[in-house]
Amino acid sequence: MEPLLSVKNLRVEIPVGTGMLKPVRGISFDLQKGETLCIVGESGCGKSLTSLALMGLLPKVARRSGDHLRFAGQDLLGLKERQMAKLRGQDMSMIFQEPMTSLNPAYTIGDQLTEGMIRHQRVSRAEARDRAAFLLEKVGITAAASRLTQYPHQLSGGLRQRVMIAMSLMCGPDLIIADEPTTALDVTIQAKILRMMKNLQAEFGMAMIFITHDLGVVARIADKIAVMYAGAFVETGTAQQIFDAPTHPYTKGLLSCIPVPGKTERGARLGAVPGVVPSLINGVEGCGFASRCPMRQAACGSEPDLTDRGAEHSCRCVHDTDTLRNMEWEAA
Amino acid sequence: MQYGPAAFNTAKVILMLRFLLKRLGLAALVALTVSLISFSLLFLAGDPAVALAGEAATEEDIEAIRTQYGFDRPIPVQYVAWLTGAFTGDFGNSYYFNTPVIDLISDRLPTTMQLGLAGITFALLLAVPLGVIAAIRPNSLIDRFALFISVVGQAMPTFWFSLILIVIFAVNMGWVPVSGSGTWQHFILPTIVLGYFATPGIMRLTRAGMLEVLRADYIRTARAKGLNPAKVLFKHALRNAAIPVVGLAAVQLGFMLGGSIVIESIFALNGAGLLAFESINRNDFPVVQALILLFSLIYVLLTLLADLLNAWLDPRIRVA
Ligand SMILES: Nc1ncnc2c1ncn2[C@@H]1O[C@H](COP(=O)(O)OP(=O)(O)O)[C@@H](O)[C@H]1O
Ligand SMILES: [Mg+2]
Repeated sequence: MEPLLSVKNLRVEIPVGTGMLKPVRGISFDLQKGETLCIVGESGCGKSLTSLALMGLLPKVARRSGDHLRFAGQDLLGLKERQMAKLRGQDMSMIFQEPMTSLNPAYTIGDQLTEGMIRHQRVSRAEARDRAAFLLEKVGITAAASRLTQYPHQLSGGLRQRVMIAMSLMCGPDLIIADEPTTALDVTIQAKILRMMKNLQAEFGMAMIFITHDLGVVARIADKIAVMYAGAFVETGTAQQIFDAPTHPYTKGLLSCIPVPGKTERGARLGAVPGVVPSLINGVEGCGFASRCPMRQAACGSEPDLTDRGAEHSCRCVHDTDTLRNMEWEAA
Repeated sequence: MQYGPAAFNTAKVILMLRFLLKRLGLAALVALTVSLISFSLLFLAGDPAVALAGEAATEEDIEAIRTQYGFDRPIPVQYVAWLTGAFTGDFGNSYYFNTPVIDLISDRLPTTMQLGLAGITFALLLAVPLGVIAAIRPNSLIDRFALFISVVGQAMPTFWFSLILIVIFAVNMGWVPVSGSGTWQHFILPTIVLGYFATPGIMRLTRAGMLEVLRADYIRTARAKGLNPAKVLFKHALRNAAIPVVGLAAVQLGFMLGGSIVIESIFALNGAGLLAFESINRNDFPVVQALILLFSLIYVLLTLLADLLNAWLDPRIRVA
């Protein structure tokens, strides 16, 4: 089956004073209709730029390239801005990380919810408002109809993010890209919103790329997971493979950061994989994770390829699969 | 359904009305204070009777003038009398022309108003599009041109610029009259001069505001919806960038209405600015008092207007 989205060797480069920043260095994946891919990685590894590159919303300084970026049969890399704008909101939409600043303070929620649909589908204002009220209820906002006349500053962060989610659903897109949609919210709301997004996806059947820095979040929603490190995927696989048979040391490091009920001692130090990310200026020398890796060896001086470690499972490491699977994570 | 445009508008109108009342009350207070100050100016300059009587006057002359003009009454009484008059448009007679002050002013004010409104319109029409384009394409040719215009605008003296325009367009080309205020053509050059000097500030504020707003997350959201670029620019960006510009334009217009003395005299436009200047030289206190009050009231009114406009542009202000 032709995948909904097929990305091959996607790159983003940004000229900076001292050379070329390479925050996205050749990313490839396929996404089927209705499927959820989670991209997981630390802050700064290039997740947001990847999602913006997919949407054609990169900042002007950034350059996008790749072998192809096929969405619903056409290669987005060759599209003009005007053609791209026709797809955005209509066939692919995006939810951003910052609910507090992602809505225009000058217009009502109703106006901002409806304007995309009015443009793309040439429906009347009343029709668009009906759809908006319907979706606000779907995302769990009470008194949805009266919310339409409110302004963003009258809503809490959690409500604003629900509005953003409803907005992304307005035109019934085939693909939604959610860039850390719950990161700015507090934990109790995070769980609710996550569950809601999962339900909405089941109901509306769109594919989703869900981006997060928190592997703990993805267990509940991912079909496939891509672990991203320093601008490239270091391990990809089904959710089950990543959680049951993690292969890359970085994936194991990330997993060790998730508290496991009953297993993790109270007060145990959880958090981040220790060490720092290499500079992405002018690319990365060798394996970017080597300095933080308990298994580093001389061969890590040249960057390994992403190689198959079973059906649909791949990993970017010089070590063989058995060695990797048997290794217990401890910080380097 | 609960949410039609009707419900939407009532809520908005009530909010706006509350806001309007608050601001009106504030404006009235400011106006009262201003009236007190402009009235006191008369006494700050010394004894008005002495000033009026002139150098050669005797003690009796001064005393006669004092009673004639009512300066012998207690000052608060004079103030109340003056203020009550002012409410009905009666500012007394000009000492110099011996005609009602209100007639003098209503004769001159329209010219100044027309010039000011034309000036600010010209400035906005020039500055806002240039500022927007400069912000969309920073460091482009247009951006540089805009910068050039604003540097020249701030560096060149008014009279110098006026003279250049007169020499080129009135004297050499003969396209417009040199001076006077008879036809609308007479207003072309003064409008350009007056407007041009308000241009740099408005343009730079527009540019800076647009640059900032265009980086905002909600602009990215608007683009993510697939709106066309013009809609993103004019609906989502310009409205937010315009908020500080409205305030500045109001202040600039206030200056234009109160202080276009140089331009009014160069182009022989018999406006209120010129009248104020001459009246000060002639010790014509009633005219000066009335003009100061009027200019201040115009200023208060403009600020109020700017506040209202901003409240309409930015809903967050309405609740303040
Ligand atoms: N507009 C930009 N100009 C220069 N560098 C940028 C820009 N946007 C992002 N970067 C850099 O690119 C890298 C990846 O950023 P991003 O995709 O936002 O990371 P993530 O979303 O994974 O936290 C970071 O090092 C960041 O500093
Ligand atoms: Mg990010």
